[in-house]
Amino acid sequence: MNFFVLSLIKAGVVAFVLLTTLAYLQWIERKVIAHIQLRVGPRRVGPHGLLQPLADVIKLLTKEDMLPSHVNKVFYLLAPFIAVFFALISISVIPFGTEVNIGPIHTAMQLTDLNIGVLFVLGLSGMGVYGVALAGWASNNKYSLLGGLRSSAQMISYELPMALAIAAPLLLLNTLSFRELVDAQSGYYLGFIPRWSIFQGPLPQIVSFLLFLIAAFAETNRVPFDLPEAENELVAGFHTEYSSMKFAAFFMAEYANMVTVSCVATLLFLGGWQPLFPAEYGSRFVPSLIFIIGGLTCFYHAINPARPFDRITLPVAGVVFLGIAGLFLVPIVDTILLPLFWFASKVGVILFLYIWVRGTLPRFRYDQLMKFAWTFMFPIAVANLLVTGLLVALTSK
Amino acid sequence: MDAVLFLIFAALAVICAINLVLQTHPISSALSLIGVMGSLAVLYLLLGGEFIAAAQLIVYAGAIMVLFIFVIMLLNAGSEHKVRKGPWVRFFGVPLLVAFLGLLGYAVQTVLPSGEGVRFGGFVQGKALDVGRLLFTTYLLPFEVTSVLILIAILGAIVLARKEID
Repeated sequence: MNFFVLSLIKAGVVAFVLLTTLAYLQWIERKVIAHIQLRVGPRRVGPHGLLQPLADVIKLLTKEDMLPSHVNKVFYLLAPFIAVFFALISISVIPFGTEVNIGPIHTAMQLTDLNIGVLFVLGLSGMGVYGVALAGWASNNKYSLLGGLRSSAQMISYELPMALAIAAPLLLLNTLSFRELVDAQSGYYLGFIPRWSIFQGPLPQIVSFLLFLIAAFAETNRVPFDLPEAENELVAGFHTEYSSMKFAAFFMAEYANMVTVSCVATLLFLGGWQPLFPAEYGSRFVPSLIFIIGGLTCFYHAINPARPFDRITLPVAGVVFLGIAGLFLVPIVDTILLPLFWFASKVGVILFLYIWVRGTLPRFRYDQLMKFAWTFMFPIAVANLLVTGLLVALTSK
Repeated sequence: MDAVLFLIFAALAVICAINLVLQTHPISSALSLIGVMGSLAVLYLLLGGEFIAAAQLIVYAGAIMVLFIFVIMLLNAGSEHKVRKGPWVRFFGVPLLVAFLGLLGYAVQTVLPSGEGVRFGGFVQGKALDVGRLLFTTYLLPFEVTSVLILIAILGAIVLARKEID
């Protein structure tokens, strides 16, 4: 098939899935936070609040779009675009699975495989700070300006340990292309320990994985590093003056950055779509098993319904789950779905970690944040990189 | 395709560079400079220097310019005051500029050796692997000397800043 047509279709699918994920990530976050705090969370719109993201989108679209009179108009309007553009575009180099054959078409589950993929993502994440910094400056508001300043200082500081933490597994895997990174992590030690870079010799990259995760929390302005939008001191930080869709753009950029960073962590450290244990021990039945358990749980709760409409909705959900479970067992389809399942579940675990931390940890003080980056993370990242480099140089021929 | 992209981004780089000089507010100028850096990165990419393009984006557009913007925001620098141009500037500025550019073009034409010109896709040794190998073999001494130079610059900045605080 024509290269352009194929790319267009893939871009459409990726954009649709990404935007839906972003919308539902927010629902999941509200639900998880609610359950951590012993609340129920959104549940009025649709069953268990499942239509809440749709309602939120409609609300944000129809809200009054205010343009404060004291702002610097050009940059004020430009900032959300910059933020959302650089947040969304990184997904174009992220691979989601192996190369697949659909009928006569042979294609990779990825928009494009750059041989500088890792650097591309690093560069774009560095550009994303302009959206936040400009928003803070153009708003002509002291809270926004402080938020923007904090954000740029924080991102510059945490980019260093992040880049150093990325460099260590790159030394092990010896490539900058995301697809080759995952291929270099295939196989098992002793037949069952996966050769992901957090387990791979000569030096398992657990330290750099933790450093990367911490730096990623700071880069995406998430709790406990959400100083740029600390609401008890800065109102809402850099997006205080933004309303309606312009506010939603910043929100979307934050979630898109979270997804990208989780994907990068999965690809660099957790072996991408490589399963947790080999196929000989039945790793290909894991997704079916999970969905069958989910389906049976739905049926069980349908027999003992808590609310009258559960008698109808839960069996429907159960049948859908069992259908998905069956889909994972179909011979040709499973070669596409299994890598996707492993990739999505690893990304999902990291995203859940984000939410879990948000529900658990308090916010840092600003000087603690900076001190932590420069006097704790940076030396450890350098030491880790040096030790990794030495061991790789000693063991490789 | 390559030629079209080259023309677009070369034009963008020139427009951003002119805008950088014309703008009165430092933030606008800094953003124009980011535009120049980004366009240059694309030009490197078109010429086959993938690693250089990524480094340009990360180091210049991503790190150095963020610091520029950061400092401008921190100082809250206002717009530049337009100075009234004298008669000399008004009447001789543009002709002198044209003459200078003409001379420069002539000098470049005569001094530089006439090669076969640039072919897009002709250069393929721009991968991180090739650049790294060259840096650590052929250009090892210049590379290390540059790193020492940068270290000295950093130390100098710290010493100067310290003096002001004390």
